[in-house]
Amino acid sequence: MLEVKNLSVSIGDREILKDLNLTVADGEVAAIMGPNGSGKSTLSYVIAGKPDYEVTSGEVLLDGENVLDLSPDERAAKGLFLAFQYPVEIPGVTTMTFLKATLNAIRRQRGEPELSIPDFMKRVNASAAKLDIKSDLLKRAVNVGFSGGEKKRMDIFQMAFLEPRFAILDETDSGLDIDALRIVADGVNALRTKTRSFLVITHYQRLLEYIVPDKVHVMAGGRIVRSGGKELALELEKNGYRDYVEAEVA
Amino acid sequence: MAAVQETIDRVKSIDVSEYKYGFFSEIESEKAPKGLNEDIVRFISAKKNEPEWLTEWRLEAYRRWLTMQEPRWARVAYEPIPYQELYYYAAPKTAAGPKSLDEVDPELLKVYEKLGIPLNERAILAGVEGAGEASSRVAVDAVFDSVSVITTFKEELAKAGVIFCSISEAVRTHPELVRKYLGSVVPPTDNFFATLNSAVYSDGSFVYVPPGVRCPMELSTYFRINEKNTGQFERTLIIADKGAYVSYLEGCTAPKRDENQLHAAVVELIALDDAEIKYSTVQNWYPGDAEGKGGIYNFVTKRGDCRGANSKISWTQVETGSAITWKYPSCILRGDNSRGEFYSIAISNGHQQVDSGTKMIHLGKNTTSRVISKGIAAGASQNTYRGQISSHRKATGARNFTNCDSLLIGNDCGAHTVPYIEAHNHSTQFEHEATTSKISEDQLFYCMQRGLNAEEATALIVNGFVRDVLQQLPMEFAVEAQKLIAVSLEGSVG
Repeated sequence: MLEVKNLSVSIGDREILKDLNLTVADGEVAAIMGPNGSGKSTLSYVIAGKPDYEVTSGEVLLDGENVLDLSPDERAAKGLFLAFQYPVEIPGVTTMTFLKATLNAIRRQRGEPELSIPDFMKRVNASAAKLDIKSDLLKRAVNVGFSGGEKKRMDIFQMAFLEPRFAILDETDSGLDIDALRIVADGVNALRTKTRSFLVITHYQRLLEYIVPDKVHVMAGGRIVRSGGKELALELEKNGYRDYVEAEVA
Repeated sequence: MAAVQETIDRVKSIDVSEYKYGFFSEIESEKAPKGLNEDIVRFISAKKNEPEWLTEWRLEAYRRWLTMQEPRWARVAYEPIPYQELYYYAAPKTAAGPKSLDEVDPELLKVYEKLGIPLNERAILAGVEGAGEASSRVAVDAVFDSVSVITTFKEELAKAGVIFCSISEAVRTHPELVRKYLGSVVPPTDNFFATLNSAVYSDGSFVYVPPGVRCPMELSTYFRINEKNTGQFERTLIIADKGAYVSYLEGCTAPKRDENQLHAAVVELIALDDAEIKYSTVQNWYPGDAEGKGGIYNFVTKRGDCRGANSKISWTQVETGSAITWKYPSCILRGDNSRGEFYSIAISNGHQQVDSGTKMIHLGKNTTSRVISKGIAAGASQNTYRGQISSHRKATGARNFTNCDSLLIGNDCGAHTVPYIEAHNHSTQFEHEATTSKISEDQLFYCMQRGLNAEEATALIVNGFVRDVLQQLPMEFAVEAQKLIAVSLEGSVG
C-alpha cells in the first residue's frame, strides 16, 4: 500500500508538486492522468528517489514506512519498481548480467541468499516466454539499439522478474504500437495480485482499455484535482484537461 | 594466474587513503651509498659478479645519461626527481643468489605470504589438485626491492627447455643469449629513463622459449618495492624463438610512503618467426594519498619486436595504481605478416596522472595491429591516451584498428586523447575511433532503482565500458581484474 501525504516538491525555486495526497491500496491499479507539466513524472521520480528533487514537506509511506529517507536501491529492496518512460542504455552490460546483478543486490539487501545459476536461468526463461523476449535480446547490452517497443517490453520483463510490491509505470505506452501495447498490458495484467499495487501514469486513455484501472486520478498544477472510477478516463478523453488546468490557474 | 589472483583477492578496500599494501616490512637490507656515479654503477655490477662487457655496457649508458635532458613533454606534472638522493641498490641482506625456499629469509617469505604470493610450489600443486575450479599452475619470480628472491617451477620448465630465471642469473648461466638480445629492442640510447635503467638496473625476469615450444604454464613476476628512497629499475627480457609461445603476467605493489618513489623499468620482448608472446600486467603501485602526496612514479619503457615473419606480440594491461603512469607498451612490426595488439584499461582516481598509450610501428609487409584502450578518470585525476600508429614507406598493406574510449566519473577529472597517425604509403589502412563519455546520472539512477547501490552501479557500468579489454585477459584474471577495478573506483561516487 502506498500513501503519499501532503507532498510538496521543488526544483530550485520552482514548486512542482503542491501538497499532493494520494493513496493506492493493496491490489489496486490506480491511473494518473493529466496534461504535460502537471508533475506526473515528478511524482514517480520522487517516489523512486531520483536525486535533484527537493522535498519541502510531506511523506511517502510504503506499507507504513516513509521511504523518503531511503536511497533508490533501498527503496527497490522494499519492493518499489519504476518502469521508466525513457529506459537508459548501458553499453557493454548484457541484460542477463544486469538482471542477475540487480536481483542478487535486492536479495542481499533483504538478507536472502543469491540465486544459484540454474534457479536464475529457470526464472529468466519463465518470465521471458510470457513477454515474448527472445534469448538473443537477453544477450545484448541493456537497451542498446533496442526499438521503443523492445525497451518497454524489457522493462516490464524486469518488473516481472523482480516481483515488486509496488510498481509505477511512467508513460509506459509512449512510443508503442498496438501489438507492443497489448504485450506490455498482458504482462502487467499477469502480475496483478491482491498484494501488488500499480500506479499507471499516462496521457491517453487507450492504455487503460488494456490495463483497466480501479481508480483514476486527474493531476493538474502539481496536485490531484479529481478522483473517480475508470469512467473518468473516458470523460477526460472526451473533454480534455482544459477545465482542470483553468481551475488550477484560477 | 594464482599470484595475481590471490593478490587481488586480498584487496578488500583500497581507496586512495586505504591502500592495503601500505605496510612496510622490517627486513634488513643492504644498500649502496646514496646517489649515482660511476662507482655506484661498478658496485651494482660487482654485486652481481657481472662480466666485463656488461659492466662496460652499464658505464656507457651512465655516461650517456649524464648528457641527456629529462623529457617533459608528457601531460604530467611532478616535482624534480632528486637523483642524487636516491639509493640505486637495495637488496634484502640474505638474497645473494638463487636459493631453495628453506634458505630464504623467513621474514621475506612472510611479506610475500601477506601479499598472497604462492612461493611454495607444493602449495600451488596441492591447490590445483584439490580445487575443483580452473586454477592453473603459475611459475612465479618474486622480486623484492630490485632483487629476484626466488623463482618457482624452474625444474619443470627446464624439462620443456624453457629458461625462466632472474636476469642476473641468466647473465651467469646463459650469457650468450643475454648478450645477443639485451638492448636490441630498447637500446641504452633510447630515452632518458631507459638509459638510466641500463646503467643501474639490478634485476628482472629473463625468459627464453626454444623453437617450437609452447610454454607449459603461465609465467609470472611479482614486484614489490619496500625500501624507502630507492628507485626500482628492473629489466625484463623475453625471447620466443621460432614457433614458440609464451604468456607472461606481471603484478606490482609498493608500501605507502610520503615521498615519491621512482620505478623506471625496461621490458624487451622479441618474437621470431611464427612465435607469439602475450604479456599481461596488473599494476597497482601505491597511488599517493588523498591529497596527492607520495606515490610511485611509474616511468616505464616497454617494447616488443615482432622480428620474425608471422610473429605476434600482445600487450594487455590493467593499470590502477601509481601517482604518475608514463608508459607506451609498443610493437615494432618488422616481420612480414606480423601482428601487434594493445589492450588497456587505465583507471585514475584521486590525484593520479596517467599519460599512457602505445606505438605500433609498421615496417614489414601486410602487418596488422589492434589497439583497444579504455581510460577511466575519477576524482581529480588526469588521464591521457597517447598513441602513435605509423607505417613506413615500404610497409605496404599495413592495417590498424584503434578504439580509444574515455569515461569520466564526476566533475573534477580530465580525459585527453593524443593520437599520432602517420601513413607513409598508399596501401595503408588505419582506422581510429574515439569516444569520451560520462557516467550519466540517468544511468546511475536506473541501476539504483533496480536495486544496485551507487558503487555497485558504477562498477557495473564501468565493467560494461571495459568489456572488450577484459575479454582479452586470461579468464581467471578477468574475474579478478573486475574486482580490482571496482575497488579502485571506491570513493569516486559521491
